[in-house]
Amino acid sequence: MMGYLSVSLQPRAVNVDLQTDATLQVDISDALSERDKVKFTVHTKSTLPNFKQSEFSVVRQHEEFIWLHDSFVENEDYAGYIIPPAPPRPDFDASREKLQKLGEGEGSMTKEEFTKMKQELEAEYLAIFKKTVAMHEVFLCRVAAHPVLRKDLNFHVFLEYNQDLSVRGKNKKEKLEDFFKNVVKSADGVLVAGVKDVDDFFEHEKTFLLEYHNRVKDASAKSDRMIRSHKSTHTTALLRILLHHYAYYCTTTAPLRILLFFLKVSELFEKTRKIEARVAADEDLKLADLLKYYLRESQAAKDLLYRRGRALVDYENANKALDKARAKNRDVLQAETSQQLCCHKFEKISESAKQELIDFKTRRVAAFRKNLVELAELELKHAKGNLQLLQSCLSVLKGDT
Amino acid sequence: MATSSERSPPPFPDSEDQELLESEEVGAPDSDDDDEGEDLFINPEQLTKMDTTLPEIDQPSAISAEPPSEAMGDPLVEPVSHTEDKPASEAVSESLDDFVDLTNNETDAPGDAITAEIAITDATKETTEIALDEPSDDFVDLLGNETEVAREEVVTEDVTVEAVPDSSEAVGSITDPPSDDRTGSDAEQEVKEASSCPIIDTSIDSSASNTQQPPVSEKIADPLVDLISDAPPADVKKPSQPLTDLFEDEPSDLFREPQLTKSAKQPQKSLFDEPDEDIFGEPLGATSKKTLNVAGVEQKEKNVTTKSGGSDVSGIGGPLNDNFHPEPTDIFTEEAVTTVPSVVSTSSVTSKTNGVHSEEEADIFAEATVELSLDSPRNDRKKNVMTKPAASAPSLSVAASLSKPQSATLEELEEEEQEDKFDINISITNPEKIGDGMNAYMAYKVSTQTTLPMFRSKAFTVRRRFSDFLGLYEKLSEKHGPNGYIVPPPPEKSILGMTKVKVGKEDPSSAEFVERRRAALERYLQRVVCHPSLLQDPDVREFLERDELPRAVNTQALSGAGFLKMINKATDAVSKMTIKMNESDVWFEEKLQEVESADQQFRKIHGLVDSLVGHRKELSLNTAGFAKSVAMLGSSEDNTALSRALSQLAEVEDKMEQLHQEQASNDSFCFAELLADYIRLLGAVRGSFDQRMKAWQRWQDAQSMLQKKRETEAKLLWANKPDKLQLAKDEITEWEAKVTQYERDFDRVSATVRKEVLRFEKEKARDFKKQIIKYLESMLQSQQQLIKYWEAFLPEAKAIA
Repeated sequence: MMGYLSVSLQPRAVNVDLQTDATLQVDISDALSERDKVKFTVHTKSTLPNFKQSEFSVVRQHEEFIWLHDSFVENEDYAGYIIPPAPPRPDFDASREKLQKLGEGEGSMTKEEFTKMKQELEAEYLAIFKKTVAMHEVFLCRVAAHPVLRKDLNFHVFLEYNQDLSVRGKNKKEKLEDFFKNVVKSADGVLVAGVKDVDDFFEHEKTFLLEYHNRVKDASAKSDRMIRSHKSTHTTALLRILLHHYAYYCTTTAPLRILLFFLKVSELFEKTRKIEARVAADEDLKLADLLKYYLRESQAAKDLLYRRGRALVDYENANKALDKARAKNRDVLQAETSQQLCCHKFEKISESAKQELIDFKTRRVAAFRKNLVELAELELKHAKGNLQLLQSCLSVLKGDT
Repeated sequence: MATSSERSPPPFPDSEDQELLESEEVGAPDSDDDDEGEDLFINPEQLTKMDTTLPEIDQPSAISAEPPSEAMGDPLVEPVSHTEDKPASEAVSESLDDFVDLTNNETDAPGDAITAEIAITDATKETTEIALDEPSDDFVDLLGNETEVAREEVVTEDVTVEAVPDSSEAVGSITDPPSDDRTGSDAEQEVKEASSCPIIDTSIDSSASNTQQPPVSEKIADPLVDLISDAPPADVKKPSQPLTDLFEDEPSDLFREPQLTKSAKQPQKSLFDEPDEDIFGEPLGATSKKTLNVAGVEQKEKNVTTKSGGSDVSGIGGPLNDNFHPEPTDIFTEEAVTTVPSVVSTSSVTSKTNGVHSEEEADIFAEATVELSLDSPRNDRKKNVMTKPAASAPSLSVAASLSKPQSATLEELEEEEQEDKFDINISITNPEKIGDGMNAYMAYKVSTQTTLPMFRSKAFTVRRRFSDFLGLYEKLSEKHGPNGYIVPPPPEKSILGMTKVKVGKEDPSSAEFVERRRAALERYLQRVVCHPSLLQDPDVREFLERDELPRAVNTQALSGAGFLKMINKATDAVSKMTIKMNESDVWFEEKLQEVESADQQFRKIHGLVDSLVGHRKELSLNTAGFAKSVAMLGSSEDNTALSRALSQLAEVEDKMEQLHQEQASNDSFCFAELLADYIRLLGAVRGSFDQRMKAWQRWQDAQSMLQKKRETEAKLLWANKPDKLQLAKDEITEWEAKVTQYERDFDRVSATVRKEVLRFEKEKARDFKKQIIKYLESMLQSQQQLIKYWEAFLPEAKAIA
């Protein structure tokens, strides 16, 4: 029933603090939800010479975003950078499922209840949708703001080419390969992590990120659960109770006074419920999304460290190989070149990685600050609104006793 | 009222009679009028109409004149002659004096009275312009009677005065005086009756109605008064005020007297078996009696012409006379006097039948009952000869007093919110485990604070264990259940919960269980004492007051007695299925449906609340988890400000977890418990409906039995077997009596159920409202806390750099 959903997007709260650069501005101006896929309209404004026009829009799908991300990851040149985490897959399954359930249960509830539930679910769907769009946009913005990645050819193609990029999803074989790669990588990661780093900064960052990542992961999962139970808890049940009562009283010849009382209370519960729903939504947006984003970001940073560690190990191995070659006096030149290559690579990664990690930290702190302040302010706003509602309602209820 | 049924308070025929009377006269033009005064006024009219079958216009004047003169005159007379006995009457202020004059005139000189009567007739002529001899005659006769038996009258008049004021006075005052004179039991009865809430209101109303009478009849009364007593017209015009004062001022001492007057009435009533049908005749009888006594033969004839059999009247008269044999004159006068209250009550009662509902009806009914109840003991005391009426009275009185007043109070109940609020406060505290192992039990401290005079002291405390509460319920439901009362059920036995407590690990769940049960028991007891009838039950008082209570037995869920109970319940259920009651009363049908749907609703809601509580608990758990992991994240964060903020956030989340937990317990205490209570209560409501059905069934059975007996009689007649015929006839009369008895029972139960259901609904609405407000307040508080927490957090978040 919500196969097509179009959203015009306003500036959204983003989890990253980006310096705006007039030379390349990217945003998602529109999005369209079609059955199981979402079409994003990517809008670019640029003064860079390699674009034919200064302003243009293309339609992109989630898979194309993933392709772009993967192309960054696979590009050796970008080994020294924190690759902006790819946006998560749009997941409307839960919401769709609920809608379906609602449709099945249509007969068992009153029309009023049904429309209310439907509205709720649609609102939920819309929220998820907007969030998805926001995450995709954040990815593009991060890339556009990155001093190196913004110049990437693939990125430009992604932004400019107004046809379908005909990116296909990975087939089974590739997926299997990916899986093996991941296994190898994680095993390697453990191995690499065990290597003592010469640089204190990286050593520290490594331990920090390892711990941090795990904790963010934990916190994010917990916050998700909390918010989920918050959403399911908030006074919906109470409201339903009141409505039941109200309905019951409607059928009886109850005095008008009582009827009015219940009307008022159910009205109040309806309002507080809305507020609580907003509280939950805001917590979701400000807290859970923040944590989720930094979960991915810290993963990306970890990947960076892994790449550096890998390079370090390679460099050390190359050194050993060179020593061996020199001892045997065989293939010395080859070993020397490879050693130099490794050294160069390692140094390059280390150099950029240091800057990247420092950036990551400042970005993180700024984002947390912004979100936490906003969260506190929103919580306060909602609590005050709630308080006022309750106070006025109580005074009315007590007044007419 | 419950007790009254047991203790067999005297019958209270008046109200019913009058009501019926009224109903007949619905056609009367003025009858629609709401105003009591007018009603009163009309009533007499109607009464007289019935009696005399004279043109309407004449009668009103005559009768209207009559009641006022009596009503006023009586009280007035009393002070004059009886002041020594009743100092209270002295208190009656100047307004009285005027009346006193009037009464003096009447009482002192019969000759005066006669003149008065002439005057009255004149007055009536003047007002109505149609001078008819008959009404005036009656009136005169009445007056004459009074005057003739001045001595007696005084006494009787005292009585009437009392009857009027009695209502207004507090229960306590009533109880005291009677106890002096009468045996304890009598006194108790009275107290019971008196204490029942409606009475209090009633009495005031009644007095008001009395007072109002004069103004209505003003025109007529004025001349009357002038003529008779020279009392200033101003007083008469404004009698309502002084009169009311007077009545209210009257101490309860006076109150006792009404019995006398009523006693005269009572016998009549007791003679009548069926309140409904015969009653109709009764009022006539009552009025006719009065007329009989007062006016004489002509009136009687009139009575005959009107519906109620004159024979009834005469029949009544007979026994009465016999009973009163020692002081026949007294009786007559008494009766004459009695008519006054009766008239008053009728008038107010009439309003109901007219379709104009007003509170007074109910009040009056109640009043009537009170008076009657007082009467019978009084009679016993005064005239030992009275044994017969006293004996017969109980049964009738039960029916009458229970059925009618309650039905009358129906609407009243809806109108008056706080009517049955008692000054009694019960709290249960200090649950304490006594004993060890499986023999351990919890004892609770039951503290009562009250200003009710029925209790020996103002505050007292007893220790009770759970089974005592169950025992109390058993007793109450046994006693009051069959009468259609909704006896609040106690919380259920919980073997699991109690075993946990018994095993005695100090874990939070068992503490919660005990607290839950304590609260439930408290609510249970409060419901019991808030019930006007149950509060009167001696068992309740004993439960609250007595130090040692005999151990309640048969409360074991799995004991043999429990098993028997289960079987009983099963048979009940079967019979319930088999009984097909063709419901005559739509009200009951609708209510039963309502109750059933309410039951379903409550169960559904209860489930919802339970799930809500579950969700909240989960939420608080998750919040706690989140708080912990945020704290961990904070500790691993290497930016110090951010780390600090995160640990602050963790603290906030911790506090939120507390709030959620509180909210969860709030949910369950505010709503889940209340709902559980009401699910149980709805069961009790259904039970009362079942009782009504049973009563109906009994009645139907008796009827079919009677039918059978009649058939056998017919057969015997046919077969010509005179020896058995007599037996059959006896049986028939016996069954006839049973049928009427059962029918009355049914009516009574119906009325009680009606009243109880309305009361229940009111209580329910009030309870829920209270709980919801309480709940909202708790929500308010938690929001305030929340604001505090976040406000404290905000600067921390801003300090991140």
